[in-house]
Amino acid sequence: MAAVAGRTAGFAVDVLRATSEFRTWWPQLATQARRIGVDSVPIAMFIALFTGVVLALQSSYAFTGAVPLYFVGTLVGKTIILELGPVLTGLVLAGRVGANIAAEIGTMRVTEQVDALEMLAYDPLAYLAVPRVTAGLITFPIVVAFAVGMGIVAGWITSTGLLDLSSQEFVRGLRMFYRPFDLRYALIKSASFGVVVTSVGCLFGYTTSGGAEGVGRATTRAVVVACMVILVLDAFWAVVLL
Amino acid sequence: MIRLEGLTRSFGDLHVLRGFDLEVATGETVAVIGRSGEGKSVLLKHVAGLLQPDSGEVWIGDEQVTGADRERVRRLRLSMGYVFQSSALFDSMTVAENVRLALRRHGTPAAEIEERARESLETVGLGGWEGRYPAELSGGMRKRAGVARAVAPRPTYLLYDEPTSGLDPVTTSMIDELVLQLKEDLRATSIVVTHDMRSACRVADRIALLREGRVSWLGTPEEIEHTDDAAVKAFVEGRRDLWPDD
Ligand SMILES: Nc1ncnc2c1ncn2[C@@H]1O[C@H](COP(=O)(O)OP(=O)(O)OP(=O)(O)O)[C@@H](O)[C@H]1O
Ligand SMILES: [Mg+2]
Repeated sequence: MAAVAGRTAGFAVDVLRATSEFRTWWPQLATQARRIGVDSVPIAMFIALFTGVVLALQSSYAFTGAVPLYFVGTLVGKTIILELGPVLTGLVLAGRVGANIAAEIGTMRVTEQVDALEMLAYDPLAYLAVPRVTAGLITFPIVVAFAVGMGIVAGWITSTGLLDLSSQEFVRGLRMFYRPFDLRYALIKSASFGVVVTSVGCLFGYTTSGGAEGVGRATTRAVVVACMVILVLDAFWAVVLL
Repeated sequence: MIRLEGLTRSFGDLHVLRGFDLEVATGETVAVIGRSGEGKSVLLKHVAGLLQPDSGEVWIGDEQVTGADRERVRRLRLSMGYVFQSSALFDSMTVAENVRLALRRHGTPAAEIEERARESLETVGLGGWEGRYPAELSGGMRKRAGVARAVAPRPTYLLYDEPTSGLDPVTTSMIDELVLQLKEDLRATSIVVTHDMRSACRVADRIALLREGRVSWLGTPEEIEHTDDAAVKAFVEGRRDLWPDD
């Protein structure tokens, strides 16, 4: 356990140091931002769509008339912004992005492409890890913002379409307890999840050994570990920031 | 100059290198021959600093690779070219992009990169294949692309891991000529790992036989034809019955 922590810390330090190799990673940032961020928007929106629908229906069901119905707007908004938007998106992207990174870098490792980078005098971490982690840091909050927007719109349409709630009532509930900090909290969380998913993918990919089986193992581990870290980090932010 | 002193390296209880000594003079080419699994690739990776020895030293010029910090090793590698046994091409890039990536790092002026990459692919007979991806090439073509990538920046130290394995005799002689050419033009100091005795005799000033983790025989291509060393004879003539049992 201590050894794992030590190696992880060492890796983090190496990645941080590699950020000084600006000329190596900068040209790749746009490509990675597209692959990690832009390409993740559809799946994130898809999930948010159904989350918004379900949240609206379930909260109205739970209120059973004892709570004014416009609180559906409050509940949908708060839950999506504070928790489900960032966390569900983070977990899904741990699968989509984390697995992709671990498999790609892992394959490069076992086919000696990482060694080849070293022989060309590149810092492999500057070339492989830094643009991905940076892209995760920048794009995850944007993806989550899209998801949050989608979730709320879905909740609103459901409320007006299937529940006995007008748009004004929904918006009233939505705004009632809203604080600007909510959004900031969501974005900070998302950025941290972006760093976790990408750097865990890089770490497991980079330390892959043993052929195709090793790549498979690295990929699975990257997803599992990234999901666990996301959940722990989620609790951490709740304790620290709220 | 490349100097290897008393290199030892084990993987678990597999002792691959057991006191390997070799000195390659500036401008010299030494071919390392040896049976499959003897540790030739492992040896070459130690020279490049991709693997660290359990003990012993690797010197490139007057700089020590073993134990050197990352920056120093990286600077040394700017003067090295490495041909991987597995080619190790970047498979997300075209052949030309592979070569250009090498040139870019080595400070080639942007205006020349295109031209130099094309030139270097032509010297290995891959003119016209610049836009292809490694997966679209044959094994031998990939090997040659790997050679092109390694030599394009015109390094002064060259480490070739079986540059001609899997190539037909004509293409092999093409690569041999390239090796000789680089030696002439750049006074490159080279280690060529090979199984191909003809090719070894053609390009090498000296030939070293790696056996049981050390250099068991070292001599010129002329000497190798008249040696009494049983292992060398077995190797050159391809006769298993002559191979001394280890
Ligand atoms: N990373 C590694 N981990 C464990 N053992 C290894 C590793 N790399 C090489 N070996 C072992 O070291 C020995 C030498 O391997 P090496 O690849 O150097 O052989 P070689 O002489 O290049 O053979 P070939 O001519 O077939 O390429 C082999 O027995 C191999 O199993
Ligand atoms: Mg080998």
